[in-house]
Amino acid sequence: MPGLEDLYREIILDHYRTPRNRGELESPPAIRADGHNPLCGDEITVYLALDGTGDDAVVSDIKIGGQGCSISQSSASMMTQAMLGKPVGEVRALARRFKTMMGIEVDDEQQSDADIALGDLEALQGVVKFPVRIKCAVLSWNTLLQALDTP
Amino acid sequence: MMLESATIDWATIADEFPILSREIDGARLVYLDSGNTAQKPRRVIDAMSDFMRKSYAPINRSSYRIAGEATDAYESARAAVARLINAPAADEVVFTKNATEALNLVAQSWGRANLDSGDVVVLTEMEHHANIVPWHMLAAERGIELRWIRLTPDGQLDLTDLDNLLDGAKVLSFTAMSNVLGTLTPVSLLCERAHAAGALAVVDACQYVPHNVTDVQAWGADLVAFSSHKMCGPSGIGMLWGRMEILDAMPPFLGGGNMIDTVTFDGFTTAPVPAKFEAGTPPLVEAVGLGAAVEFLEDIGMAAIRQHEMVLTRYALDTLNERFGDDITIYGPDNVEVRGGVISFSFRDLHPHDVSQVLDERNVCVRAGHHCAKPLMKVLGVNATTRASVYLYNDNSDIDALADGLDGATDIFGF
Ligand SMILES: Cc1ncc(COP(=O)(O)O)c(C=O)c1O
Repeated sequence: MPGLEDLYREIILDHYRTPRNRGELESPPAIRADGHNPLCGDEITVYLALDGTGDDAVVSDIKIGGQGCSISQSSASMMTQAMLGKPVGEVRALARRFKTMMGIEVDDEQQSDADIALGDLEALQGVVKFPVRIKCAVLSWNTLLQALDTP
Repeated sequence: MMLESATIDWATIADEFPILSREIDGARLVYLDSGNTAQKPRRVIDAMSDFMRKSYAPINRSSYRIAGEATDAYESARAAVARLINAPAADEVVFTKNATEALNLVAQSWGRANLDSGDVVVLTEMEHHANIVPWHMLAAERGIELRWIRLTPDGQLDLTDLDNLLDGAKVLSFTAMSNVLGTLTPVSLLCERAHAAGALAVVDACQYVPHNVTDVQAWGADLVAFSSHKMCGPSGIGMLWGRMEILDAMPPFLGGGNMIDTVTFDGFTTAPVPAKFEAGTPPLVEAVGLGAAVEFLEDIGMAAIRQHEMVLTRYALDTLNERFGDDITIYGPDNVEVRGGVISFSFRDLHPHDVSQVLDERNVCVRAGHHCAKPLMKVLGVNATTRASVYLYNDNSDIDALADGLDGATDIFGF
């Protein structure tokens, strides 16, 4: 059986205890998207501020609201750090890469995705060994993608 | 085994449940999720397997001998259930898929026949989704009004406003025991007040029947729903008991074989209750297992089971409070006279998913989540809780394992 140390890596606990980029952005102008996990009732809100338009728009600010477990909270926290300053095209690519790492099939997967470095987010790889927790890890990512698709 | 003796050797009860001797990674299984679904004694497993080996056949349709045996086995399960809840007649027990289907049957059959726009259905804030969503569905379809009995701070029903809530109501549908708070509700009183207001009294007894002496006649209830899988029986079969007069007047729910008297090109007529509500091939093997579960529980005695769980629940509440003080918040009443062995709690500011994950590492099985009671979570001001629930096979050592596991969570998350 996979051990708890595979799941609760130090960096995950650090982001859980001290989440980065928590808070709210005024919406509008920021885009707001709400996500929830129907299994456990966790709720998360992503506030996304973009500079520019289309795939070249850059994430100028991102904040996370809501409640969740250590996995969903740390995943959201690391996600915000990775996304700040990135153009939307790269945001989508990183999300695809992350979801693929979580063992989720993404339809628009591209060959170049494999080269994307995940950095600290690699720490969440252990979640794959605990299938019920995968939903926790991807909750903020799906909510972010929802924000990007908000017209 | 010691079942015939008046004093029960609880230590040997767990031996009747094969799964409880399973070890994972060298540690024994500590099963504290019986409020979710209960484990199965050997007697139930054997009864189902013997039935499939020896007498399995269709019921009510064929004249050969094993079909007769199968029909007898199915009907004797019905009789066993009727005996367990002191129903006046076995034919008042309708087999369904589970308690959820039983409650949907009530809303769809009784509700559609009797409720119209503006009619009032009263529920409580501590209902399981199974006793909420069927009424929401009817509200969307018919425009009925839902009213809610609120809770006291310690998680009991606040009855001060009951007369107003029931004023003009057609249905009062409520749980006999909360699957989150453990709260036992005053069922007889609520049935009486419902009737005084001219309302139908529907009881969700899913958490109650497996753990208490049930007497539907003493309750004065009209319709009562519960599930086999929470009372040591198999999954896949549930029950709706109802007073014959009420069941008789209700239109059928699902249509098909077994529920008809005759069918023509122009229409159909229904079979008498209970067949009227048992369309299609019923859960035969499951009924046989359920019958064996009822006999198993009867041999031990429901009063003895309730007593055992009261003592265990007291031990659990005291142990958790003493060991964790302000770090734990236990929801629901503290008095075990008015609560069953379902213990929901928040632990430090840890998320229930994390708590249950750490407990699982020690083979302690608890449930984390909203327990299919999202409106109640809102009242409690949380998204989710961790829930430990006990049954006849649990003892103090299981509670100690839970508490030790919580210490482990403290270590991992470092406080
Ligand atoms: C109070 C209560 N009502 C209804 C149900 C639904 O039971 P089932 O899932 O067997 O239909 C449950 C089970 O979780 C319950 O605890």
